[in-house]
Amino acid sequence: MMDILNILLSESFWAASLRIATPLIFGVLGALICERAGVLNLGIEGIFVVGAMCGWMAVWLGAGLWGGVLVAALAGAFFGLLHAILTVPLGLSQHVSGLGITLFATSVSYFTYRTALPNVSSPPRIEPFQPLDLPILSDLPFLGSVLFQQTALTWLALLLVAVVWYVMNRTALGVAIKAVGDNPDSVDAQGLSVYALRMGAITVGSALMALGGAFLTMSAFDAFFFGMVNGRGWVCIALVIFASWRPGKALLGALLFGAFDALQVRLQTEIGALVPGQVFLMAPYILSIIALVIAARSADYPRALLTPWFKGQR
Amino acid sequence: MTDSIVLKLNGLSKRFGSVVANDDVSLTLNRGEVLALLGENGAGKTTLMNMLFGHYLPDAGTIEVADETGVLQPLPLGQPQVALGAGVGMVHQHFTLAENISALDNITLGSEPLFALRRNRREARKKIEAIIAQSGLNAPLDTPVGRLSVGERQRVEILKALYRRARILVLDEPTAVLTPQEADTLFENIRMMTNEGLSVIFISHKLREVLAFSDRIAVLRHGHLVGEMATSEADETSIARMMVGAETPELASTRIAPGSPVLTLSGVSVSGRSKRDTLSAVDLTVHAHEILGIAGVSGNGQSGLANVISGLAQAEQGLIRVNEVEIDAPTPAAMVRAGVGRIPEDRHHEGIVGAMSVAENMVIEYLDDPGVQSRGLLRHEAIQSNAERLAKAYDVRGPGVDAPARLLSGGNIQKLILARVFDRAPRLILANQPTRGLDMGAAAEVGRRLLEARERGAGVVLISEDLDEILGLADRIVVIRDGELHEAPGRDREQIGLMMAGEPA
Repeated sequence: MMDILNILLSESFWAASLRIATPLIFGVLGALICERAGVLNLGIEGIFVVGAMCGWMAVWLGAGLWGGVLVAALAGAFFGLLHAILTVPLGLSQHVSGLGITLFATSVSYFTYRTALPNVSSPPRIEPFQPLDLPILSDLPFLGSVLFQQTALTWLALLLVAVVWYVMNRTALGVAIKAVGDNPDSVDAQGLSVYALRMGAITVGSALMALGGAFLTMSAFDAFFFGMVNGRGWVCIALVIFASWRPGKALLGALLFGAFDALQVRLQTEIGALVPGQVFLMAPYILSIIALVIAARSADYPRALLTPWFKGQR
Repeated sequence: MTDSIVLKLNGLSKRFGSVVANDDVSLTLNRGEVLALLGENGAGKTTLMNMLFGHYLPDAGTIEVADETGVLQPLPLGQPQVALGAGVGMVHQHFTLAENISALDNITLGSEPLFALRRNRREARKKIEAIIAQSGLNAPLDTPVGRLSVGERQRVEILKALYRRARILVLDEPTAVLTPQEADTLFENIRMMTNEGLSVIFISHKLREVLAFSDRIAVLRHGHLVGEMATSEADETSIARMMVGAETPELASTRIAPGSPVLTLSGVSVSGRSKRDTLSAVDLTVHAHEILGIAGVSGNGQSGLANVISGLAQAEQGLIRVNEVEIDAPTPAAMVRAGVGRIPEDRHHEGIVGAMSVAENMVIEYLDDPGVQSRGLLRHEAIQSNAERLAKAYDVRGPGVDAPARLLSGGNIQKLILARVFDRAPRLILANQPTRGLDMGAAAEVGRRLLEARERGAGVVLISEDLDEILGLADRIVVIRDGELHEAPGRDREQIGLMMAGEPA
C-alpha cells in the first residue's frame, strides 16, 4: 500500500500520466467531434497509424517538426474524408466503413514505410519534440516537472480541449454540429447542409486523431514501429462514451486512463515478481471497461448517431 | 388587412412513377388570410406544400410569391433555401427540432454565420422576444427542446419560421398532437399573427377546426382541386362529401346492453422508461358488447396500457383478468391464447414483418395452430388459401398474397392486421390508434369492423388521440393522463378536453 502511495505522490508518475494521456486526448476529441455530428468513426485506429507514419516520415525526409505535424493532420483528414464520403452521402454502414478505413490506412502506412525503407535493421530515428523548458515555471516544485516539462504537442492537446469546448458551446458552428447529430432534419429545414456539416466534422475530427498518432512518433518516441498504436484508437472510442461527448470530461477520461497505465508500469517493477506482467498490462483496459459500464448506462447518445440521412427523405 | 394576393400556384402537377400526386392545381392566397387545405390522406396536400417549399420539383406549373413590397415574383422551383428567403415558412407534422440544444439555438440555427467566433445571442433573444410579444407564441428559450412539451415544441417551430421573416406560413396538421385547449390557443395565436399581415395555409382533415378557424377552404381529392369556398358558406356535410367524393357512411351505433366483463385490470402499475409507458395503479373493466374509448394527449401512458393488455409489459402490481380468468404470466403469446386480438399503434414495425409475405403475416400470431402447421412444418396450401380468403373478405389490395407485406400501402397493411385479428373472433380487441394516418374510407372501415365485433360480443379497448373518433365509436370514455385513468362523466368534448389537459373537470 505504501508503494502505491509513494508512486501517486511522485512527480514522474503524474508527468507520465499526462504524457500517456496526450495521444488519447487528441483521439477522444476527434472521435467526439465525429460522433457529435452523428457519425461513428472506427477508422480511428488506422488514422492513428497514418498520423504516426506520415508525421515521422515527413520529418525524416527533411521537413520541420511542425511541418510533420501538418502532414500528419492532412493525411488524417484525407482518410477522414474518405470515411465521410462513404458514410454520409453514400450512407454506408458506419461500422463497416470505419473498420475498412482502419485496415486500409494501417496497411497503406506499413506498405509506404516498407517501400521507402526496404531493408533497415533498426528503425531510423528523428530528432523529436523536446520538453518545453519554460524559465521559472519549469523550476516550480512538483508542478514544474509535471506540467512544464511536457512537449509542445501535449500543450497543443490541452489547448485543443479548450478550443473544442469553445466551438461546441459558444459558436453557431458547434450548435449546428450538435443539431445535425441529434436531428439532421432540423438542420436541413433551416437551410444548412447536413452533408457539409457531417463531412466537415469527420474530416476535422480525423485530422485530430492523426495528431494523436503523430505524438507517438514525434514526441513519445523518435521512430516508427509496426504495431505501435496498439489499440489506443479503440480506447478513445470507449473514452468518448465515458466523456458523454463533452470535451472537459474527455480530458478527464484520458488523464484517468493515462494514470492507470502509468501506475501499472510502476507496480510491475514494484511487485512484478508476485503477479504475472500481463495482469498489469490488462489493468487499464479492465478498469476502463468498468468505468464505461458505469458511465454508459446513463450515456446520452447523440440521437442520430449511426443513422444515415438522405436529402428529400423524411 | 388588404386583399392583395401573396401567393399564386399556377397549374402545379407532380407525379411519382405512375401515381399522380397533384394534377394541375391552381390556388391563390391573400394577405392576412387563413386558408385551410383539406383532403384525405394521399389526396396530395403534403406534396403540394412540398413543391411550394422547394422539397419537390413540380413536373409542370409555376409558383409566384409576393416580395416585401407586395409585387408577385416567380419563385425558382425546387430550392428550399430560396423559398425560405422568399418568406415561405413550413411547420412540418413531424417537428424538425434538435432536442439537445435550446429553443433559442433551434430558432437561430442557420441564420447566423457558422464560422463567426462570437454569437450575438442577445440581439437574437431580443428579436425573438419581440416576435413572442406580437404572436403570443410562448416557449422557454433556454431549456433544451427535449424537455419541452409538445405544444411548446410546436410554438418553437412556428417561431423558427417567423424569425426567418416568413410572410406565408404553412402548417401541416398542426393540431394532431395537441389537446383541444392547446389547439384553441394555437388558433388564437394564428389569428393574432394574421392580423399582423401573416398569411397561413393549414393542412388538416379535422372538419370541426377547419370550419371554426379558417377564412377559406380548398379541398383536394386524388391530386385534383375539387372545391374552393369561403368558410362562411361551407358546412360539414358538403365538405366531407367533397373530400371523399360521396356521402360519408354513417356509423350505425345502436346501444347494446354490456355483457360480462372480458377484461379486468385491478391496481395495475407499470413503471416504464418514460411517462408514455408508465401506469400507476390502474383499474379498468371492459365488458362484452362494449367499446371503451381511451382518450388522452399523446404520451400519457397509452403505450403502457397497450403494452400491458398485449402482454408486452409485465405489471409490477395488480391483477389482469381476461374473460374472468386471471393471467399469471402475461406474455404476448399467453394474451393471444386468452383471446386478445391486437391492433398495434405502429403498424409498420409492430403489426407486420415487412420482409415476410402477406400470407405469412396473416397467420404469424397463430403459428401453433394445427391449421397453420403440422408437426412443426408449415402447411403452405392452407396458409395460402386462408390468405386468399381473408384478402377478399377484408379487401386487402396490393401485389398479391405472396408479395412482401412491406409493399402494401398503410391502409392495406391495416386491413391485413384487421383480417388477422377479426377472423379469429377474439373476445377482447385492443385497438391502439387504429385509424392514424388512414384516409377517411379506410378509417370508416376500421370503425365498421370494431362496431361489428362489438355486436358479436367482443369487448374493445380503443386508444386514440383523435377525440372525434372516440366520441363517434365508444360506449364509454376513460381519460388517460400521467398514467392514471379517469372515467369521463359524459360525452361532452369540452369537459373531456379539460380532463385530458389535467384540469379539474
